[in-house]
Amino acid sequence: MTDPRRIALRPLARILDARQKGENPDAIERENLRLRHEQQRDRLRQRAESRLLVLAICFFAAFTAVGVKMTALASSEPEEPRSATSGTSIISTRADIVDRQGRVLATNLVTNALYVHPHELIDPEAAAAGLAAIFDDLDAETLLRRFGSGSRFMWIRGSISPEQQQLVHDLGEPGLLFGPREMRLYPNGAIASHVLGGARFGEQAVNAAEIIGVAGIEADFDEELRDPARNGAPLELSLDLTVQAAVEEVLAGGMAIMNAQGASAVLMDAHSGEVISLASLPDFDPNARPRPLLEGDPSQSPLFNRAVQGVYELGSTYKLFTVAQALEEGLVSTETMIDTQGPIRMSGFEINDFHDYGPRLSVRDVLVQSSNIGTARLAQMIGPERQQQFLGQLGLLEALDFEMIEARQGRPIYPSNWGQLSTMTISYGHGISATQLHLAAAYATMVNGGTMVRPTLQRQESPQLGERVISEETSMALREMLRAVVAEEEGTANLAEIAGYEVGGKTGSADKPNPQGGYYEDRVIATFASVFPANDPQYVLVVTLDEPSISVLGETRRTAGWTAVPVAAEVIRRVAPLLGMRPQTVDPELAYSLSSASQ
Amino acid sequence: MRGFLTFLSAVAVIALGYWAYHQNIQTQQALREVERLQRAIVVERERLGVLRAEWAYLNRPDRLRELVDLNFDRLNLLPMTPDQFAVMDEVIWRSDPPAPIVEEVEDILFSASEAEDLP
Repeated sequence: MTDPRRIALRPLARILDARQKGENPDAIERENLRLRHEQQRDRLRQRAESRLLVLAICFFAAFTAVGVKMTALASSEPEEPRSATSGTSIISTRADIVDRQGRVLATNLVTNALYVHPHELIDPEAAAAGLAAIFDDLDAETLLRRFGSGSRFMWIRGSISPEQQQLVHDLGEPGLLFGPREMRLYPNGAIASHVLGGARFGEQAVNAAEIIGVAGIEADFDEELRDPARNGAPLELSLDLTVQAAVEEVLAGGMAIMNAQGASAVLMDAHSGEVISLASLPDFDPNARPRPLLEGDPSQSPLFNRAVQGVYELGSTYKLFTVAQALEEGLVSTETMIDTQGPIRMSGFEINDFHDYGPRLSVRDVLVQSSNIGTARLAQMIGPERQQQFLGQLGLLEALDFEMIEARQGRPIYPSNWGQLSTMTISYGHGISATQLHLAAAYATMVNGGTMVRPTLQRQESPQLGERVISEETSMALREMLRAVVAEEEGTANLAEIAGYEVGGKTGSADKPNPQGGYYEDRVIATFASVFPANDPQYVLVVTLDEPSISVLGETRRTAGWTAVPVAAEVIRRVAPLLGMRPQTVDPELAYSLSSASQ
Repeated sequence: MRGFLTFLSAVAVIALGYWAYHQNIQTQQALREVERLQRAIVVERERLGVLRAEWAYLNRPDRLRELVDLNFDRLNLLPMTPDQFAVMDEVIWRSDPPAPIVEEVEDILFSASEAEDLP
């Protein structure tokens, strides 16, 4: 390409002209070349400058974009990318609690909270009168006074029913406003109330309120239940609602018949430690949890969980542990004869039996007939240190690690100075206190083959394989003896004999301690710790009655054999079929009645 | 040639711009749809929660027990007891096949309760 502006280096006219004047024509060429180079240089600079300008504009635009974006990010509210939101943001509520078969024990319900903007009320008097008519416990005059107090916002109700909401709507008052509320609902009412505990509102705002567990498993699992990462997965308990309802029904009946102050029961899987039922009467409705007693004995409150918080002397039920240890350490065999000549006197204290068992009993009969003297003799052989160590190994000397906050209050009481006398009384369950749940766990450990079981409220998939406490053989011998307590004529619990289920167990009746010191003469805690079926233990049931008394044949009976045992027997009779347990032996009479009924 | 290439790339830029704009609009629409669905899901979940709670409330053991007591003369329901278990051999099966069910359920229940009253 030729540039039209391009000037020839040696223009002929000027060369000729120069030659005529005698000048050097080469100077013209040099001059032209210089001009041309200057031109070229100017062009190139111009181009480079414009390129630099474009580049500068590009950089400026890029940095401006980055700056604008950074400012936008810094000054705007952080927001999740909308396309990335999954189901988690939807489920912000507290997780449900279900029983082992998925039946709902606690769930949430959306209701409304009612609040007032008094300055927006058109007719405060009518509004106050209307509200008082809808809610029984509100008073029109008080409301009116509060409306006039100058406050611009006030709560009326935390949660109201849809019917009440409609009635409030019908008042047609623009100053009455609703805020959505999640409410914790326990559809089964008082059933399993002590396990569930209850919940209350925490931080409240107009459009939401936080639900906080206050007791029981709701409080213990508060964090987990509120965790959005659960994604709404319910908390599965080991409880069985049907069994729990049956246990509570039988217990309530038994409590009435036995004129007891209170009653409680723990039903536990002997292998997995799952608590199938945990009942304590009197109970309460967790939907309207009563206030704790401010004065008086907290154990009289319906909120008091006797099975988990109630630390009592559990009496002769402890004899099993003494016998177990004596057998395990090889000190005696089941047939060794033990001196039961009484009473034993020691440092001003006397150990007596309920009645005289004669001079000697075998170890087996000491347990079956429940001889205090015989057990005390066994404890003497064992000695204080080893006894304390054994009971400690069974977890009877410290609070249980159980999934209810109340369990931390169930701290066993035992003498700080564990001497020879203490050893002897502790051997038959006096001078040492623990909760019913401790006892159930220890019995499960004794009968399940001898491995440690920790009670739990969470559903377990497999048996616990805890540390071995006693040998398989000792466990078997204990099962046989527990069975004899129920099956034999001399046994203390023969009212617990139920056709089809080989029940084994041990009774315990301990005098209640008087807060003024000493013990009451006529108030006992009657306990029956049982296991069924005794030949292949599946479940452990501990029933305790507080101050029972029943008149049998004109005589007032308070011992466990007459009070706790029949109640426990009825519980097993009702609950075993619900647990899907077939009776083991078929009573011929029973078989006949069945076949004739189906004809 | 060069002019054609420039033209082509300009067309490509316009086409891509249109495509990007279109995608943007579509994404926004999809997000709005997702949001609407999520709101619907929330409403449905709430409804489901209410229904579940209601189901649990209607099936609470106390109420069932009351209903069983109220309807005892028709249903004859009693708590399960150990003697209700049996071995298959003990059941005496009917030799004649049962008549086809033509009556109302009420009638069946009535006749069943009558039959049980007989010795």
